[in-house]
Amino acid sequence: MAAVAAWSDRGRPRDARASAASIGLWVFMGVATALFSLFIVAYVMRMSGDDSMTIALPWQLWLSSALLVAGSVALQGAGGASRGSDAMRTRRLLLAGGLCAAGFLSVQLWAWQALLSAQVMPAGNPAGSFFYLLTAMHGLHLAGGLVGWAWTAHAAWPDPARAAWRIALCARYWHFMLAVWLVLFALLGWVTPEVARFVCGTS
Amino acid sequence: MNSSSPTGQAMSHADDAGHPAPQSFLTRYVWSQDHKVIAVQYACTAIAVGVVGVVLSNLMRLQLGFPGQFDFINAERYYQFVTMHGMIMVIYLLTALFLGGFGNYLIPLMVGARDMVFPYLNMLSFWVYLLSVVVLMASFFVPGGPTGAGWTLYPPQSILPGTPGHAGGIVLMLVSLLIFIVATTMGGLNYVTTVLQARCEGMTLLRMPLTVWGIFVATILALLGFPALFVSGVMLLLDRTLGTSFFMPALVSMGQVTGYKGGSPLLFQHLFWFFGHPEVYIVALPAFGIVSDLISVHARKCIFGYRMMVWAIVAIGALSVVVWAHHMFVSGMNPYFGFFFATTTLIIAVPTAIKVYNWILTLWRGDIHLTVPMLFALAFLCTFLIGGLTGLFLGNVSVDIPLSGTYFVVAHFHMVMGVAPLLVVFGGIYHWFPKVTGRMLDDRLGRLHFWITFLGTYAVFFPMHYLGVLGMPRRYYNFDGYKFIPPSAFSLNEVITVIAMIIALAQLLFIVNLAWSAWRGRPADANPWRAASLEWQTPTTPPGYGNWGPRLPVVYRWAYAYGEPGAAEDFIAQNAPPQAGAGEPEPEGQSEVRGAPA
Repeated sequence: MAAVAAWSDRGRPRDARASAASIGLWVFMGVATALFSLFIVAYVMRMSGDDSMTIALPWQLWLSSALLVAGSVALQGAGGASRGSDAMRTRRLLLAGGLCAAGFLSVQLWAWQALLSAQVMPAGNPAGSFFYLLTAMHGLHLAGGLVGWAWTAHAAWPDPARAAWRIALCARYWHFMLAVWLVLFALLGWVTPEVARFVCGTS
Repeated sequence: MNSSSPTGQAMSHADDAGHPAPQSFLTRYVWSQDHKVIAVQYACTAIAVGVVGVVLSNLMRLQLGFPGQFDFINAERYYQFVTMHGMIMVIYLLTALFLGGFGNYLIPLMVGARDMVFPYLNMLSFWVYLLSVVVLMASFFVPGGPTGAGWTLYPPQSILPGTPGHAGGIVLMLVSLLIFIVATTMGGLNYVTTVLQARCEGMTLLRMPLTVWGIFVATILALLGFPALFVSGVMLLLDRTLGTSFFMPALVSMGQVTGYKGGSPLLFQHLFWFFGHPEVYIVALPAFGIVSDLISVHARKCIFGYRMMVWAIVAIGALSVVVWAHHMFVSGMNPYFGFFFATTTLIIAVPTAIKVYNWILTLWRGDIHLTVPMLFALAFLCTFLIGGLTGLFLGNVSVDIPLSGTYFVVAHFHMVMGVAPLLVVFGGIYHWFPKVTGRMLDDRLGRLHFWITFLGTYAVFFPMHYLGVLGMPRRYYNFDGYKFIPPSAFSLNEVITVIAMIIALAQLLFIVNLAWSAWRGRPADANPWRAASLEWQTPTTPPGYGNWGPRLPVVYRWAYAYGEPGAAEDFIAQNAPPQAGAGEPEPEGQSEVRGAPA
């Protein structure tokens, strides 16, 4: 029967699936915001202790930040292009966005390697511990985003216009990951033990 | 015939199960994306792990009642039992059962959806939960056994020699918790988004049953609160495995200088309890919601003050994030902080009390049917009242100082979290079993199970208040040589132990009832309790794939249209046509007939 078939296949209106997925993503972004906020609170509290010292951040972080910005720009462009008629452009920008994120992860690992060879280990100094912890947490969330990106790319490749809502969600998540990274980068660079002690009132 | 609404609106968000109909045994019962199957999977796993928790509690009681009589219970094992019992019951039983079990089954049915909005994610959330249970159980089998650090896992002791399970057990515990949090997040995304997006036509937020409200707010709390446990768990795991010093101060352990320095154990406590207090409301709020529905159905009366009940649930949820340090009154905090947290803790008693008054006012002059679900709901009121009142004692700093770490605290949290929500779990299962299976649970077994459980748990935990006021400390393996503990306390412990074992055996009655009735129970009709809420109005019982048949329901009134004057029966289903009467209570007390809101 037409009525049964109408709901038993995956033909739920795109709007319904899109808006449900959009709300789901906002909720997940809220959860991740809570998580990173708590990490930041823990960072400030721990860095106000007596044994914390600032570490020099490796230059690779600037490169990885630039890659993440480029990825956001590319995916935002892909989102815009998918609502137009240029499918080839959409595909290229979508691919670029994913490759930039993958590049970000590689450069972050390069930064880890640089720090390790400078003898800054995870144990021994809270600044080092938090560097590895925070970059790992962010990296894992971005890697999860890459899984979603891969699924989007697979679904959108034949007809990007039909999957415009998926690309838009990817773009939103990329912007969120960029915002989280910029906050973490600023935290690691500027919230020194002195600043932390000032915030905690123990200076 | 198309499935758009009579007003010609496009198919609602709810109008697609989102996954194909199952074709094989595996996709129907194992790798199922159907919320009803996932709910049963969650419930069975949670109950199975709960049985382990009950066995552990009985082993603890053996030591407390008959100290030194059982050679296999030494101090290390005792603390391992204490820890695993606590963690299993709070997280792996209660949280999983209320959110994953009741939430998964009831939310789509109560809001008129075909399934959750992300069925594949829902299925994944169960298997990840199962993985977390497997990892936790594995900690029993590693060298050193499971962790004995207490469910609160406080560093520095939890990862140092001297605490049982500091080698492998604590690592597996933390990894299991992290995996559980991933599962809860996946499930939580489903519950929240389904409530917000997939309600059928006419189902406004303020027409949803209170069960959905309780689970919805609890899910929001879970989504925001479990990250705190994740943060503290990851950092503790790194302290243990990589030697970082997030929480570990410079210390000498068992004569060895450890490599730690500078960390703050207090930081762990803040992070843990920032999760830990919302956690107890994650358990309590669904129970509040379910009790409201049990009472209104079985007293044939609309819930008194539905809107206030909704606001109370939201207020309790919001306030629960600003009370956490009442678990830390003895940590050496500034007295002004203590004053702040004591104040917020007492404030949270206000919306909770409003709920208790409204439940009692719902029962007042109701047509009370003392069915098994109603018995459990009434028992919840008694036990939650007692447990909640003792919470007021403990919420005051000066009273908490002598009572902290005593059996008074054990009595309080078991009453409010162990006894009361568990009674609601039983009540809810007796209530909704006919919907899930199409059969009734055996009534006589149910009453026997109820009376033994209710009177027994009261007899176990009520005397503990007196032990606590006496000063008897908790988490102690034995009490030899303490002159301030009179012999009567030891006799009381013996009696409590015997009763605890009887209660444990009585739960077999429930398990047998469940298993037997699922196959051979008396067939139930579609709505044996004659309830008004939407989950009872499915075209088939048990509900089939897609829940509602070809057409989604349309809702014309709230979920509590009982005892409407002039109506043909003493209840009006939510999706009965508007001509049948009732809407929702207007502020002035009129109940005009209203169709679906514009």
